[in-house]
Amino acid sequence: MKKAKISFPHMGNYCIPIEVVLSMILDCEYLTPPPITKKTLEIGSKYSPDFVCAPFKYNLGCYIEALENGADTLLQTGGVCRLSYYGEIHEQILRDLGYDFTFINFGDSEITKPTKIYEKMKQYNPNLTIKHLAKALMIGMRMIDIMDKTEDYIRENVGFEEEEGTLDSLYEAMLKEFRTVRSYKSLKKINKRYQKMMKKVKINKPKNPIKVGFIGEYYTALDPFSNHFIEKWLAKRGIVVTRKLNISNTIFFRNVKRLNKKVKSYMKYDIGATGMDTIKEAEWLAKHNYDGIIHVKSFGCTPEMDAMPILERISEDYHIPILYFSFDSQTSEIGIETRLEAFYDMIEMRKEKNK
Amino acid sequence: MVKYNVGDSMTKIGIPKALLYYRYHTLWETFFTKLGCEIVESEETTKEILSRGTNFAIDEACLSYKIYLGHLESLIGKCDYILIPRIATFCDREIVCTRFQAVYDVVKNTFRDRDFKILDYNVDVCEGFSEQDGFIKMGQELGKSKKESLEAYIYAKGAMDAEHKKQIKLQKEELKKDNIKILLISHPYNTYDNYVGKPVVDFLKSMDCTIIYGDKVDREKARKKAHKLSPTLQWTYNKELVGAIEMYKDQVDGIVIMSSFPCGPDSLVNEMLVRRIKKAMVTLILDVQDGTAGRETRLESFIDIIKLKKEEEHEKSKN
Repeated sequence: MKKAKISFPHMGNYCIPIEVVLSMILDCEYLTPPPITKKTLEIGSKYSPDFVCAPFKYNLGCYIEALENGADTLLQTGGVCRLSYYGEIHEQILRDLGYDFTFINFGDSEITKPTKIYEKMKQYNPNLTIKHLAKALMIGMRMIDIMDKTEDYIRENVGFEEEEGTLDSLYEAMLKEFRTVRSYKSLKKINKRYQKMMKKVKINKPKNPIKVGFIGEYYTALDPFSNHFIEKWLAKRGIVVTRKLNISNTIFFRNVKRLNKKVKSYMKYDIGATGMDTIKEAEWLAKHNYDGIIHVKSFGCTPEMDAMPILERISEDYHIPILYFSFDSQTSEIGIETRLEAFYDMIEMRKEKNK
Repeated sequence: MVKYNVGDSMTKIGIPKALLYYRYHTLWETFFTKLGCEIVESEETTKEILSRGTNFAIDEACLSYKIYLGHLESLIGKCDYILIPRIATFCDREIVCTRFQAVYDVVKNTFRDRDFKILDYNVDVCEGFSEQDGFIKMGQELGKSKKESLEAYIYAKGAMDAEHKKQIKLQKEELKKDNIKILLISHPYNTYDNYVGKPVVDFLKSMDCTIIYGDKVDREKARKKAHKLSPTLQWTYNKELVGAIEMYKDQVDGIVIMSSFPCGPDSLVNEMLVRRIKKAMVTLILDVQDGTAGRETRLESFIDIIKLKKEEEHEKSKN
């Protein structure tokens, strides 16, 4: 029998751990969808419902491009907001377009629970054992953890490298090697080697650099294309960028009760998806004397929209400026740049003044 | 604190006439009246209320939410408490739009500088908060005993269920009518809103249509039907409407779907319906703009098509 060709839409660099885990637990070949371009979003938007949030359109575009490139099996993770219903509609739209494929949809399950993953994946690979799955998940989780920590480091330092581009190219090389990882040992080895090299990269950070926090909706914050590479834009101007929102912080190490306590002064209940994380993060940034916060989301994202009135209060209480972006499939590059520039000038001036 | 006339000892509970009001008002009103409170409802939605609400809302918030904030604000200063439910889950895989989870905190932050008290209850069964416990807590906050509160809740719940059953029964009579029957699929806060849904309902009635309301349905049965049609659909309020289509579609001539812009759940559910339900169907998206001409033209041609089809069928059956 021919090996299945499985694919998962892009979200930042996370398709790499997904590739590793899937290759380990299913008898399949992984097909990385082509990198997201304007075309991806165009195709995705063309077949999407009118006012669905942008990640749906990105995902759909990725699926179509993957299918066109020969994928025959697609994966959708599901999630806690509209995301839970993405899969079924994606599948329906793709079938109506005439594609023939297998669709692994976690929309009726929970991808954050290993037992549920086992239940689901067993349908696609009857030989899968718990031990085998556990091993793959351990590697996947550890890899995500490493990636998130490395990206945190890069975000805070990439604007100050002596030789521009060193960190990024090292990270790219590391990710390339990660794709071949199939054991915990090799993951550890590769990681150690690259961490050493990264620590050696010369960083000339001024004593008191401008610091900006990056918060918002999951997909838009995590995927550089969908937020128009704002983090890179900031880094180029010598700004420290902090973003705590990533898979390890919001899935592996998330403690709802503790989170709830942390945001008590602003909210009583969990407002859904990562709304609480957004508030917690904003308060943390404000308390740690950041110069500004940038909040990104896709148009119509309900949980983040509901976080915004609370963010306003944090901005008021701590006198910290917040810049809001709401992205859809058509957002002009120039408009974004103008707003970013104005924001940058403003926080720079404020910093000068408060010296 | 709101001061009210001496001698007026009844606690006044303010209820915004928007969002979940249309689903739970019998429950709320009966419960609070039973506990000896006075109910203060906000006025019917007007353009004024909507524009007030729009001022307080994030600009891309859904129409229904803007209306809600307008109603809520109109109650400030007119009562002792304003009721805000917080609803998240009913049981595993029975959830609601995250907006209903967030209303309490959004209101609290939006109107932080205004002086008013909120009375809230939390329904999050997956996290161990049942509706019953929520109501008992509210009763206790109003100074009633646990027993009194529980009794009032059970009584109110019964009243709500009875009212709903009565509505379904009345609708059964409507289904027997001979004129064109249109199934209206829309959240009750849109359907019954004076400013949003009523003009649509009135217009359809003026075209000699009988309206069959999607929310007047045996909810449990509807949810089961919806699960069959769309297995991963989790939003309870949407499931009931989807199930209603399955239950009523063979008894009506056409379906009108009405959603507020940009409703999160509806954005996907409507797509599913359009692709899976084979029946004459039209989708109306309601926004803050108030021109009705475009909407009426669409409805008119929709009804005309149905009429033509019906006549054709009639001719065929004659021959």
